[in-house]
Amino acid sequence: MPKKLKRYGPPLLLISPSLVLVGVFVYALIIANFQTSLTDISSAPQTTGLAPHRIVWFENYINLFKSDAFQHSLKNLVLYTVTFLAGTMFLGFLWAWLLEKRDRFEGIFRTVFLFPMAVSSVAAGVIWRWLLNSNQGVRASGLNRLFQMLHLDFLQNNWWNNNSIGIMAIAMAAIWQLSGYVMALFLAGFRGIPDELREAARVDGASEWKLYRHVLFPQLSPVALSALIIIGHMSLKAFDLIVSISKPANYQTKVPAVDMYIFKSQYYYASAAAVGVILLAFVLVLIVPYLVRMAKKEK
Amino acid sequence: MSQSATLSKAALPAESKTLYDPAPAVRHKGKGFNWGRLVRYLLLLFFLVVVLIPVYVLVITSFKEGATASQAWYLPENWSLENWKAAWMGYKGLPAIGPALGRTVGMVVPAAIISSFLGSMNGFVLSRWRFPYANVVFTLILFGMFIPYQSVMVPLYQIVHGLGLPAGTPSLIFLHVVYGIPITTLIFRNYYESVPHELIESARVDGAGMLSTYARVVLPLSVPSFVVVLIWQFTSAWNDFLFALFFSSGNNGPVTLALYSMAGGSMLQDYGASMAGAIMASLPTLLVYILLGKYFVGGLMSGSVKG
Repeated sequence: MPKKLKRYGPPLLLISPSLVLVGVFVYALIIANFQTSLTDISSAPQTTGLAPHRIVWFENYINLFKSDAFQHSLKNLVLYTVTFLAGTMFLGFLWAWLLEKRDRFEGIFRTVFLFPMAVSSVAAGVIWRWLLNSNQGVRASGLNRLFQMLHLDFLQNNWWNNNSIGIMAIAMAAIWQLSGYVMALFLAGFRGIPDELREAARVDGASEWKLYRHVLFPQLSPVALSALIIIGHMSLKAFDLIVSISKPANYQTKVPAVDMYIFKSQYYYASAAAVGVILLAFVLVLIVPYLVRMAKKEK
Repeated sequence: MSQSATLSKAALPAESKTLYDPAPAVRHKGKGFNWGRLVRYLLLLFFLVVVLIPVYVLVITSFKEGATASQAWYLPENWSLENWKAAWMGYKGLPAIGPALGRTVGMVVPAAIISSFLGSMNGFVLSRWRFPYANVVFTLILFGMFIPYQSVMVPLYQIVHGLGLPAGTPSLIFLHVVYGIPITTLIFRNYYESVPHELIESARVDGAGMLSTYARVVLPLSVPSFVVVLIWQFTSAWNDFLFALFFSSGNNGPVTLALYSMAGGSMLQDYGASMAGAIMASLPTLLVYILLGKYFVGGLMSGSVKG
């Protein structure tokens, strides 16, 4: 035992601050949040413990799922995620494919395609709020004005200011922000394919298209899966960009992460916590298999 | 010397290395005119323009004054600095970007430095001391990187207030350090896995304890990884909005919060000033991206773990 202690004591000591912090601020807080979600804390005195609260079990969840407002948020989240995933995967893959040859100027294109990631969502929101301005006709600015100038007036629309599909306009801004990231992932995938594979296919007389279709693309499926998981879990957390383009109080563009903020600022801590648990559950479905697969690979 | 060169490459995950390697000799052989290449370049140029449209809008609008909607897409008639002044100093009771930038620097720099050291210690231990269940511990730490912070926010808010941490800079430094542990640990661990074992083993044979091995041998080797992690933490703390919204306010918060209240907090719709503010708020991270892009991508790729 002392021998083991001597061997493992110092390293454990060195990482113990981090272990404690992660233990408390990730795991213990997830549990504490779950507990709060089972209570009826919904007023300022209750949040500070001045007024008593009681356990209502899953009532908050039931009420959430029964409410039209939260169903609207969930529907928005699905629409947002589908649009965002489809857009980033398509553009990211296309850009990587176009740049895969290492032509001249490749670095410039790559740098430009990736730069929106270095900009904060709030700053991006300022621009896209302008671009997606819902005014039309003489008062139009942003994209609607651009459509007029290009004589494409029929394309003018309300953008995010539409109750049923407005959230897809915000997904456009998110696609602008993150397609470059997916491109970088796919580009790394392309570059990771051994040159011998290409050579062998060429020797066999495969045409350029067949080389891609049957040899190179299949090699990219693990990258595509990772990209889907990473982008998908980002989409579930989306908040900054949405509230910067629209506003937290706007019904049109509500998603669960926005609900959580509104509940919290109105002292509905129990409902805020319940929304947090629901979001965590969504993320777990995506991330746990991913982490387990990775941990197995390590061995 | 040559060793430090190989190490500085090893700091970047394999993917970004291949991204930044100089083009090999497999370039397309020039067989005269090539239609495929022409189409490729045309498509690339088209997308380049599309991606840059928001930048054009941002810049021209920030220099406009009193322009009407019909002039929205044209260059300013007279270039004016009024918006820049208004954004920097604040106007009509809205938060000023200037002082917020100062506060952001004061928050981001300590946060990035502290997280780097924590990450380096963790990465060193987890890659070199295979204590029982080290991999499980590593995976449990990594998990913290993926959680939606909404799922801990309510109790987190209560704890941070309970601890008496002042809102604004102190709270935000603390939060960025704590929630930066997973990604910084990951980057350093992967780096130390790639450092030749013999280097560290020889120090141990010399009888150096773990702490002195870390300080004398490992730390000096870690410079490239520190650059990746510092840049990563700098950028993510700088661009953070969620924690800023919950744990600070207009007069003690970072620049993202000031910009947010400026752009959306009023009904003014004074786009010129918010656009000038957005440029000011983005320049630091953009400069880092342009000047140190390789390291930025290094952090980005490790964030994706491995496929």
